[in-house]
Amino acid sequence: MTAVAEREQEHVYTPAELRRARYLGITYIILALFVLWVFGVGSLGDGDSTFKLVKPTDRFSEFPDLVLPAAIFSFVVAVAFASLGAIQLTRGFKRMGNVVLAIVLLLLVFSFLTWAAAGKSFSFVGMMQETVKRAIPIALGALAGVLSERVAIINIAIEGQLLGGAFVAAVVGSSVNPIMGVTAAVLTGVALGWILAVMAIRYRVDQIIVGVVINLFVLGLTSFITQRILNDNPQFNSAEIFKPIELPLLKDIPFFGTVLFKQSIFVYTTFALVALLTYGLFRTQWGLRSRAVGEHPKAADTLGVNVYRYRYLNTLLGGAVAGFGGAYFIQGSVGQFDENMTNGRGFIGLAAMIFGRWHPVGALSAALVFGFAESLSGKLAILQTPIPSEFLGMAPYIATIVVVAGLVGKARPPAADGQPYIKE
Amino acid sequence: MSDEHRIEAHDETEEPQGGPSQLFKDITGIGVDWRSALLVPALAIVTALVVGVFVIAFTDIEALRLWGSDPGAAFEKTWDSISGGYKALLVGSFGSLRAISETLLGAAPLILAGLSVAIGFRAGLFNIGTEGQMLMGGMVAIWVGVTLSLPLVLHLPLALLGAAIGGGIWGAIPGLLRAKTGAHEVITTIMLNLIALNLVVWLLKTGLFQAEGRDDPISETVRQSARFPRLFGFLDDSQVRVTAGILFAVLVAYGIYWLLFRSTLGFEFRAVGMNPHGAHYAGMNVVFLYTAVMAVAGALGGLAGADQILSVLYRGSPAFSAGIGFDAIALALLGRSHPIGVVAAGLLFGALRAGGQVMQVETDLSIDLILVIQALIVVFIAAPALIRAIYRVRTGREAEQLTTGWGA
Repeated sequence: MTAVAEREQEHVYTPAELRRARYLGITYIILALFVLWVFGVGSLGDGDSTFKLVKPTDRFSEFPDLVLPAAIFSFVVAVAFASLGAIQLTRGFKRMGNVVLAIVLLLLVFSFLTWAAAGKSFSFVGMMQETVKRAIPIALGALAGVLSERVAIINIAIEGQLLGGAFVAAVVGSSVNPIMGVTAAVLTGVALGWILAVMAIRYRVDQIIVGVVINLFVLGLTSFITQRILNDNPQFNSAEIFKPIELPLLKDIPFFGTVLFKQSIFVYTTFALVALLTYGLFRTQWGLRSRAVGEHPKAADTLGVNVYRYRYLNTLLGGAVAGFGGAYFIQGSVGQFDENMTNGRGFIGLAAMIFGRWHPVGALSAALVFGFAESLSGKLAILQTPIPSEFLGMAPYIATIVVVAGLVGKARPPAADGQPYIKE
Repeated sequence: MSDEHRIEAHDETEEPQGGPSQLFKDITGIGVDWRSALLVPALAIVTALVVGVFVIAFTDIEALRLWGSDPGAAFEKTWDSISGGYKALLVGSFGSLRAISETLLGAAPLILAGLSVAIGFRAGLFNIGTEGQMLMGGMVAIWVGVTLSLPLVLHLPLALLGAAIGGGIWGAIPGLLRAKTGAHEVITTIMLNLIALNLVVWLLKTGLFQAEGRDDPISETVRQSARFPRLFGFLDDSQVRVTAGILFAVLVAYGIYWLLFRSTLGFEFRAVGMNPHGAHYAGMNVVFLYTAVMAVAGALGGLAGADQILSVLYRGSPAFSAGIGFDAIALALLGRSHPIGVVAAGLLFGALRAGGQVMQVETDLSIDLILVIQALIVVFIAAPALIRAIYRVRTGREAEQLTTGWGA
């Protein structure tokens, strides 16, 4: 079952894998028929779909639009799906299976967009910019989860840490200054992480229960204080928002400049954190020891790693990241706290962590996918498609279930995840 | 799932045979001693209420400003808001027939939802999905209650049956996934909750459910014949709203008690909860048991949703489950996952909800204080070491490991 053993062996398909490959092949062919019929035939005669890749205010605003003939594009995609399905069924893609799956999903989304935007013009760049913004709190939540779960502390309290961070960021941000607001939010996340750590490590309380309780507690307390104080004293709830920082030169790149380099400090920090954590977890002593503590605490202990110290450290670090993510809702977004304003983003972050297989880059990618689904469901109403936005709202959760159930590749958590360690 | 990590550490001194613990076990048939079943919860509730006092005091911004200049007035003001709040809490939950009726009305869905979480705990599964199961069950109840036209003796049971099936299917999914693929039920049930929330909003906007002439997601009201009859209908007082739902909930609690402690299936549920490997080697069908226990949990969640509709709301709106499914987690822990405990805890939480409503109307304290108190109760229940440290009492069993992590 270990990753090492898997890598060393020549790849031999197990019956389960074979079955999965067959299902996947059949799915591709069904998708081909679906795209052909719904998107292809459905947009016949609707004309071209125009995707705007730059905004009128951009430097190279004359950059051409992406124009796709809706019906023809979908027909091409359908043919591609059918051939991929045939290859999958006959000889399989071996190690490329997941790449092919990703390409299929990407094409499916594009085919959907051309169908939805057939005969219309649609700001693709605006949607992608929105995608990145919406992905940020999810990604930060997921990174918080990665940090603590890598040392086997399950953090269900991400939602509470985000909400608590947002609340404190609003109050301190309004009464002192936005930078102090963010700092205080980070410290709030650390404090909540500390509660989780003490309960889980010292008192060995069931970690999932502690997480649920922290969520309840933060939701109750912030809502209570909002109604008792903030509603009548708006001076405590009107924080300054960080302006987007436009990176010189990079911002002028058509499309990507607008999507990635005209964003707030939260976006840049998140990307930096992903790089830092990837390096830290897989290239440093701290990372190696953290992972050892998460996989086999006893072995790590035997080799002189202080299991408890690593568990505390990473849970607190995770809290800091989640608290920072909470500040995004205030300084990076609306500047004002609302009751339960995180509205389940922490749970989506948890999903993104699993979807991203406990890896920082994976977590960010998953967060971007979920952010895309969010911003797309906002755009669907504008495009007047017959698809209810609720279905797109569900998509990330369904995808997560599919992934944890191992229907498409298996997501394997750290082996000791959630188990208390008792030093002998 | 490795069981060597389960904490079995008992308190330093086991009580001798025949002590209060043995008596308690003999009377109730509960496998825990009286300290952890009664003493710890009682102290937890008291401590949570005391912490609530501080929450009220430290959020009274006008009083806080007064402390510097006029401590006497500040104290008086703080005292007024604390005593006012707790008095409203008490009067609103037990102070009158109407208050008691509201307490019981609120307790019914809480008890059913609490049983849903509790039966999961008994089988070693953490059902966070009660909220979603309530929504799905409730939707079936709405459909049956609105569309069909039958006499009460058929209509109400049919609506309840439909809700149990709807919730049961929604609950069985994570059970089956856990047994077949190892997908952790905590993740799948959280995801299914969020899916159910979206699904309900969509369903309420379809022709199947949406009330005529409405654009927002809201359903028609269910027919009179599908509603739980009011217990004090003869008083002709529309304020005394308690329905037969509370009797139904207690009846179901008895049924679950029987199922868990008097039937073979219940024995197998508990056996799987204690040690799934052992249960497997004893010849039990673990896949079936995980699926079955989650189906039963889902059915109970569905019934809780049905009660919310057929006793209280009479129509569906987005998130009509109102967080009861999450309160249920706290409730099941407080009730030690035992049907008797769940009923008692359900009554307490029902009282807190009813009192909280009155407190919100009569004072400037919002009902969210209840959430804080409930969360604190669970903290102290889950970490008896805290109670031991504060009160210097022996607390019986150490913190329990109710669930398994999702590593391995």
